[in-house]
Amino acid sequence: MTAALEIRRLTAGYGAEPVLREVSLQVPDGQVVTLLGANGAGKTTLLRAVSGLLPTTGTVLLREQDLSDVPPEQRVRRGLAHVPEGRGVIAELTVEENLRLGGLWRHGRTALRERTDAEYQRFEPLARRRKALGHQLSGGERQMLALARALVAAPDVLLLDEPSLGLAPQVVHSIMQTLRDLCDSTGLTVLLAEQNAAGALSIADRGVVLHLGEVRSDGPAAQIAQDEALRHAYLGY
Amino acid sequence: MDRFVFLLATGIADGVVFALFALSLVLIWRSTRIINFAAAAMAVTACYLALAVTDLTGSYWAGLIIAVLVGGTLGWAVERGVMRAARDPLSGVILAIGTVMVLQALTGILAGPQSRPAPVPFGDRPVIVGGVPTLSPYDLFVIAVAVTLTAGLHTLFARTSLGLQMRAAAFAPEMSRLLGVPVARMRTLGWILAAAVGALAVLLAVPGELGLDPHAGDPLFVSAFAVAVIGGLDSAEGAVIGGLLVGVLVSLVTGYLGAAVAPLGVLALLALVLLVRPAGLFAGVEARRV
Repeated sequence: MTAALEIRRLTAGYGAEPVLREVSLQVPDGQVVTLLGANGAGKTTLLRAVSGLLPTTGTVLLREQDLSDVPPEQRVRRGLAHVPEGRGVIAELTVEENLRLGGLWRHGRTALRERTDAEYQRFEPLARRRKALGHQLSGGERQMLALARALVAAPDVLLLDEPSLGLAPQVVHSIMQTLRDLCDSTGLTVLLAEQNAAGALSIADRGVVLHLGEVRSDGPAAQIAQDEALRHAYLGY
Repeated sequence: MDRFVFLLATGIADGVVFALFALSLVLIWRSTRIINFAAAAMAVTACYLALAVTDLTGSYWAGLIIAVLVGGTLGWAVERGVMRAARDPLSGVILAIGTVMVLQALTGILAGPQSRPAPVPFGDRPVIVGGVPTLSPYDLFVIAVAVTLTAGLHTLFARTSLGLQMRAAAFAPEMSRLLGVPVARMRTLGWILAAAVGALAVLLAVPGELGLDPHAGDPLFVSAFAVAVIGGLDSAEGAVIGGLLVGVLVSLVTGYLGAAVAPLGVLALLALVLLVRPAGLFAGVEARRV
């Protein structure tokens, strides 16, 4: 299977000392790959580096296109969407405006309306709160909005950072299931950073375990879920 | 009663100019979270060029167009050449004050410190209605410009994709980049718009003041800054209503208590608003970060 996203020897960080050290991994087309690891393992840093928000060395290939010199605002036009930790819903804008922002570059007006309507159907609570401001939404609604906004852009690859953070278990389950269904029905490729290892592995095809900025394990999700030593050492369950 | 009507009319005419200049401050605050202390000096510089063009061509309208164009160009130049070096709000303020000193020195050297009169395109004598002096044709022109501009800016921000991107870039720059918004370009555009509006406000204000000199915009900046804070720095509607409030207050206090007391009236209103609604009369509920 071809890789929708390929990362080769990526080194990145916030200062002189790198957080990620020569990380390489592949995200196959249409699959969910979950990045696992404790706080400080480098999951968020990896996603931010792939989006172009951090200076990096190494290579990021999106469908074999090198993104190294492409600024973040151009990467979305190449098909990369990023839902950051904390969801990144713009609190001062309405649900409708947040969704419009998601589709600025991909569609004409009619196509954008159709995609927006499709997301309102997928995430019904948002349809009832179109005029609500971002800060008026519950945690679950904000996560839905962040996902819907990313999907309106019809991305090839979705980077999703800690979608379960601060949410009730049933909401987390519902969001994870929505994600799996999306991949199965649309062929969306997902790189999911998650601390809730059990939840993430239950919907992922593959797992990558990071520890102190380096890849410790990379394999099928079921295999990682069954590796007791790995789970105890790095995943905390 | 006649005196009250006259003072009210004068206050409204002054208030719309305060509102326009406050709009210029609000636009930059919205797009960069910086108070542009150089707004008045930039606007005055643009007005000098506008009056030079009016002198050359004999056309007020040519001068008005030049004021807007030069104002916008100065906004672009100051944002690109100076303000991009700002690392935080404090360094932004210091850079803006430095820009004021440079522009005021340059206009002083090139045009001299003396005040020069500015032409008006319409009569500036109040129209007498029922024996009471009210607004002049020029005042009505200024009000019409302010209303049109405010409506245009409201449409831009509330109804267009460009306005949405400008707002998003101001509220959440990093997230906006991830959504494909060219944040740096939006900021530059915010400065261009704001500086053009500021130049127009000063050009409209100059005939009613003592004329144009390198410091002619300073009193207007002080009033407009108070207006922007009273209305809510994020709110274009607040700038308009705040401008009218301050304009009418200054006019009434000047008329009934004397010009020396007017600044105290503005100060009292500012203190009252800051005590009751610290974010300004029209500021939205402070957003929770999500």
